[in-house]
Amino acid sequence: MSDTAPARPAAAEAVARSLRRRYAAEQRFRLYGMVAVGLALAMLLVLFATIVANGWSAFRQTYIQLELALVDADIDPDGARDTTVLSRADYEGLVKATLRGMFPDVTKRREKRELYDLVSSGAAFDLRDAVLADPSLIGTTVRLWVPASDDLDMYMKGYISADSPEDERRISDRQIARIEALRAQGRIETGFNVGFFVSGDSREPELAGIAGALLGSLWTMLVVLVLSFPLGVMAAIYLEEFAPRNRWTDIIEVNINNLAAVPSIVFGLLGLAVFLNFFGLPRSAPMVGGMVLALMTLPTVIIAGRAALQAVPPSIREAALGLGASRMQMVGGHVLPLAMPGMLTGAIIGMARALGETAPLLMIGMVAFIVDLPKGPLDPATALPVQIFLWADSPERAFVERTSAATIVLLMFLICMNLGAVLLRRKFEKRW
Amino acid sequence: MQTLILTIVLLALTAAGFRLGRGRALALVGGRPKDLSALPRYYGVYVALWVFVPAAVVFAVWFALEPAALHFLVIGGLPPELQALPQAELGLLYSDIRNAVALGVTPDDPAIASAVAHYRSLSASAPLGLGALALAATLAGGGIGLKLVRPQLRARRSVESVVRMLLLASSTIAVFTTIGIVLSLLFEALRFFRLVPVTEFLFGHEWSPQTAIRADQVGSSGAFGAGPVFAGTALISVIAMTVAAPVGLLSAIYMAEYAPKPVRAVLKPLLEILAGIPTVVYGFFAALTVAPFVRNLGGGLGLDVASESALAAGAVMGIMIIPFVSSLSDDAIAAVPNSLREGAYGLGATRSETIRQVILPAALPGIVGGLLLGVSRAIGETMIVVMAAGLAANLTANPFEAVTTVTVQIVTLLTGDQEFDSAKTLAAFALGLMLFLVTLVLNVIALYVVRRYREHYE
Repeated sequence: MSDTAPARPAAAEAVARSLRRRYAAEQRFRLYGMVAVGLALAMLLVLFATIVANGWSAFRQTYIQLELALVDADIDPDGARDTTVLSRADYEGLVKATLRGMFPDVTKRREKRELYDLVSSGAAFDLRDAVLADPSLIGTTVRLWVPASDDLDMYMKGYISADSPEDERRISDRQIARIEALRAQGRIETGFNVGFFVSGDSREPELAGIAGALLGSLWTMLVVLVLSFPLGVMAAIYLEEFAPRNRWTDIIEVNINNLAAVPSIVFGLLGLAVFLNFFGLPRSAPMVGGMVLALMTLPTVIIAGRAALQAVPPSIREAALGLGASRMQMVGGHVLPLAMPGMLTGAIIGMARALGETAPLLMIGMVAFIVDLPKGPLDPATALPVQIFLWADSPERAFVERTSAATIVLLMFLICMNLGAVLLRRKFEKRW
Repeated sequence: MQTLILTIVLLALTAAGFRLGRGRALALVGGRPKDLSALPRYYGVYVALWVFVPAAVVFAVWFALEPAALHFLVIGGLPPELQALPQAELGLLYSDIRNAVALGVTPDDPAIASAVAHYRSLSASAPLGLGALALAATLAGGGIGLKLVRPQLRARRSVESVVRMLLLASSTIAVFTTIGIVLSLLFEALRFFRLVPVTEFLFGHEWSPQTAIRADQVGSSGAFGAGPVFAGTALISVIAMTVAAPVGLLSAIYMAEYAPKPVRAVLKPLLEILAGIPTVVYGFFAALTVAPFVRNLGGGLGLDVASESALAAGAVMGIMIIPFVSSLSDDAIAAVPNSLREGAYGLGATRSETIRQVILPAALPGIVGGLLLGVSRAIGETMIVVMAAGLAANLTANPFEAVTTVTVQIVTLLTGDQEFDSAKTLAAFALGLMLFLVTLVLNVIALYVVRRYREHYE
């Protein structure tokens, strides 16, 4: 007794000390966890912030107002208003002449070129379309808002500063002076960028739009939906409701799980070797892209479908069977309708993944530069993520803006799809 | 367009078959469905299947054989001196003809022009032939089906067995996809290994797949030693996992063990957003923001950082993988039975001690499985590295230098115009085969470990 008494305070102190250490370790460990979560969320925030900060300005575009005197003799010499003659007139020359007319002091060739560079090369097409739509304009003076060039657009949006040294920016002091003169006259304005949503790809940033890519994605997704949803649902029904438990079923199951984790680019190689080279289907077609992405999405749809079927309680099945339904009638009439919301949710999530997928589409040639809007699943097309990839390669500042804007549009679509899936689950989820 | 009309006609005939079959069955028993051995609608479906299936088979066979048949007929119609051309030139000629048809132009060479006209007339008459054949098959099938309808016919059983076969067929598509992947990769890779020995491909350390166009061209030796490419893939994957493993694991621990329920309900979906962002967006982010940031940071520290450094691509890829690691680890931790936790608390362990000494060891297999799946993702990830990593194959372990990966090489070898037989394009399939095999092994091990572990506690 007596020899333990003096040891006690020492032991208690040791315990207290170790407790302090252990609690400190506890706090540290907890902090690590919070830091990790914080880091991940910070990355998410930085990513979204960068994209939005770079991209929001692309939804606006600078336009220049031109007062174009449409002289009869220039556009339609014989006065017959023949469409082919009208569409072949020299509208570019007309735009240039108008620009020269606005700044009569410009005489040197270099200065003229600088002046022309303020207006997009699409201005002539806009003018032609306006004339073709309404030939009675000929002979009058029209005021037309045409897109400004990307450099002017960048200057107006503040990405090019007039204070930086002249040889380091893409527009000269003279051009800036002209822009400011035009601005003072109210001939430069920024407005909503309609062209971005209605036109196809272009080498000129101010004319490039995402309509072609959006349509391509739409056709691709349509093919994916038509192929992967019915096939996935049928496969899930077979595996969950009819398949005997044997080796063959095991092989199918393991296969599906592995397929879900195969890198997407491998599906692209499959599409290239089988669909393009073996079956000779057309390159760059949304049809082929959809087929490849459907194969990629199929495991997701099957796995989600099986989970949805499993969630239907056995009592439903037994009730149907007890009333004399065949297995097929039980599944088709009772189990499937109850499992459908869950299956749809899985399909939407799989489709969202397919919508953002790029690598397999590169393999089957959906990376071509395509200006025309695709009219069907067999027309050459590109897809929205591929368009982002293509634009990201372009050096112009204006393309950075457009790439980010296209990314915003893509993310919007994905958010809508995922939100739809969540709502669907909320609305139809049943607790049995 | 014609296909659409054919499809509509076929569907209309199928509907008619349904009505006829149903009507006939009812007529046979004098309108008393009770005398039939199945519900009347099953007789309808029975006949409809007899109408639809033969025509569908005709369609499928036709579309599978049409290109080959066209090829045979058009080539057969060429003058003999053109037919005597070697196989490759004949192929070129044929694609010229097809291009001329597609563009609607008439070539100058009269022989080819007549072949183009031949092609046009053949493909113009094709829908007619297909339509006639499909119609004949449909009518014959429908006739047989109607003849077979009688009250004793077990219509439901027949219909259900057809449906069951359809279900079985759809479930085998996954297997056929795998077989297709393996065969196409293997086939092309074997052709590649006939040109380049396997050992050179696997262990060689010079990768420069550009085949020289001119003899004196610099740097286009056409060397296919993929060592540096594998090393680059490994380097970027290691960097990615260095980011993803600790962050993913620690956030999983925090969310599973520390975070209050409402916080967890918000954090988990937020982290999952990271997994839903398309990889092309990560790639753009890496190239636009992270790579310049890393380069400037390195420059500030006096380091020489390449603008396409492995570090930038790897770090962004790590961010992408965080949610995979965290959600699988979260599942593994959540699956550890509470009795283990409570036992540790009862012995006086703090939370972190319980986690480190009891829960993590117990959840280790699940966590390792998750990490392996993460590695497999990192190896197979394409867009981030295509956009942010380099093209030159450097054999280096320095994260500040530019390296290239298997996926980057596949993309660069296959995008752009190439003939399909060059070693360059075939090399992409050899790389694809390696990629497929490595990720497959990782996935199989990971899925096995995770499954075994789940069974352990369930």
